[in-house]
Amino acid sequence: MTRFSGFRVLKEALTGHNGWAPLWRNPAPKPAYDFVIIGGGGHGLATAYTLAKTFGQANVAVLEKGWIGGGNVGRNTTIIRSNYLLPGNQPFYELSMKLWENLEQDTNFNSMVSQRGIINLIHSDAQRDAYRRRGNAMMLSGAGARLLDVDQLRQMVPFLNYDNARFPIRGALMQSRAGTARHDGVAWGYARGADSRGVDIIQNCEVTGFRVEGGKVQGVETTRGFIGAGKVGVAVAGHSSQVMAKAGLRLPIESHALQAFVSEGLKPTIPGVITFGAGHFYVSQSDKGGLVFGGDIDGYNSYAQRGNLPVVEDVAEGGMALMPMIGRARLLRSWGGIVDMSMDGSPIIDRTPIDGLYFNGGWNYGGFKATPAAGHVFAHLLATDTPHETATAFRFDRFNRGYVIDEKGVGATPNLH
Amino acid sequence: MLIPHPLLGLRDAQEFTVLGDASLLARPDPTRSDAEAAFCDYVFLRDNPKGVHRELWFHEQGDRSWLVVTRDTVTHEILSAELASDVKKRMEGTE
Repeated sequence: MTRFSGFRVLKEALTGHNGWAPLWRNPAPKPAYDFVIIGGGGHGLATAYTLAKTFGQANVAVLEKGWIGGGNVGRNTTIIRSNYLLPGNQPFYELSMKLWENLEQDTNFNSMVSQRGIINLIHSDAQRDAYRRRGNAMMLSGAGARLLDVDQLRQMVPFLNYDNARFPIRGALMQSRAGTARHDGVAWGYARGADSRGVDIIQNCEVTGFRVEGGKVQGVETTRGFIGAGKVGVAVAGHSSQVMAKAGLRLPIESHALQAFVSEGLKPTIPGVITFGAGHFYVSQSDKGGLVFGGDIDGYNSYAQRGNLPVVEDVAEGGMALMPMIGRARLLRSWGGIVDMSMDGSPIIDRTPIDGLYFNGGWNYGGFKATPAAGHVFAHLLATDTPHETATAFRFDRFNRGYVIDEKGVGATPNLH
Repeated sequence: MLIPHPLLGLRDAQEFTVLGDASLLARPDPTRSDAEAAFCDYVFLRDNPKGVHRELWFHEQGDRSWLVVTRDTVTHEILSAELASDVKKRMEGTE
């Protein structure tokens, strides 16, 4: 792999850009691999990359039914943060944040990680207490947090509607290390890094079934024939239930559509990420100037990769309530992605009852920020057969043992998480 | 989306809230010996089909009836709707 650098860009500029090569190969599948990862999204590629780089496993394949990065890693709102409350979640997301901070050096790829901070708005004394508690939990995990009063907030983001009659803004919880990353660049960086270490990335290869003998997985049936595997890792969020049903497993997951929106390019306005939880709206500004924003899931099971208009209206109302100045900005694009909504709002990274079959899914609307750590801990599980120390709570059996990780406290109602 | 309410005709889906899979109508018998495991599956596991899905919708801003709506999760097409109480009676054989 030829390394990317400023010097390289200069050299190529002077020599007609003839030296650039494709970032990954397009190999035909081999008859068998030690590890087969199903799903060429952010999590699958990060898993393959970590298996190759950290655990020295080169006999790895990533199978993708479409093209890599064409699913949720290309459809999210690019926010990275580690501002969770519960002990089962927060250390994992803080590991992810640390990996984000070193991602570009690690993969030698410009993933445009930009730590501009995230602001969670406070509207009442009760909410301030809750966010103070969350901030303390964040500090315990080493993530850092700041509680801002309304004067500090006004200096940072003067354009908010502070005197909204229903949700007046009284302050905010801030994580300065949070921010955004270039979502496609994350997938491409991991793909390039994995490929250069010998991982076969096989696109247009849909898994149609598992071959299981004597309770142990032998490989996967695909549209490009049978591929043998010592271990199989599934990372196909959105379609987790569909793929795992081929192995005869039912999951504590429903698939839902989550919409996102981007406006026309505007001058730099919004310094970081702003979340208006009470109004179901959050927003950041891309490097091209577009306001990237979203809100709630549509609320009913969907595999459609597009949303419906009532949520568009709801998100737009939230945006107008928070920052009336965006009312004249025109919407450039909107799209939907299919997310795994789990029964407690938290993910699953675990072995399955079938020997050699492993599962990573149930990421709700927050899989992107987890990408580096999900790859790290899933590769750890695949390579060592033991859960990583930050992911010991993400087990299948937490539901029947009563150890759910329910950040929002709404119980087994996936459409409310 | 418009939901063909069996009593009120076509109603905007905005008037409803969604609970989820209609399998929740089939509550396990709490007296059976494996009730704990059966309730765990009942509460937490879902088929989550890609295609035709039967689900419970509550007419919250309407007549506050529960409906079983049959809907396609790929096209969002609504195929039918009936009162959940009728479905439940049919399940119990009391109709």
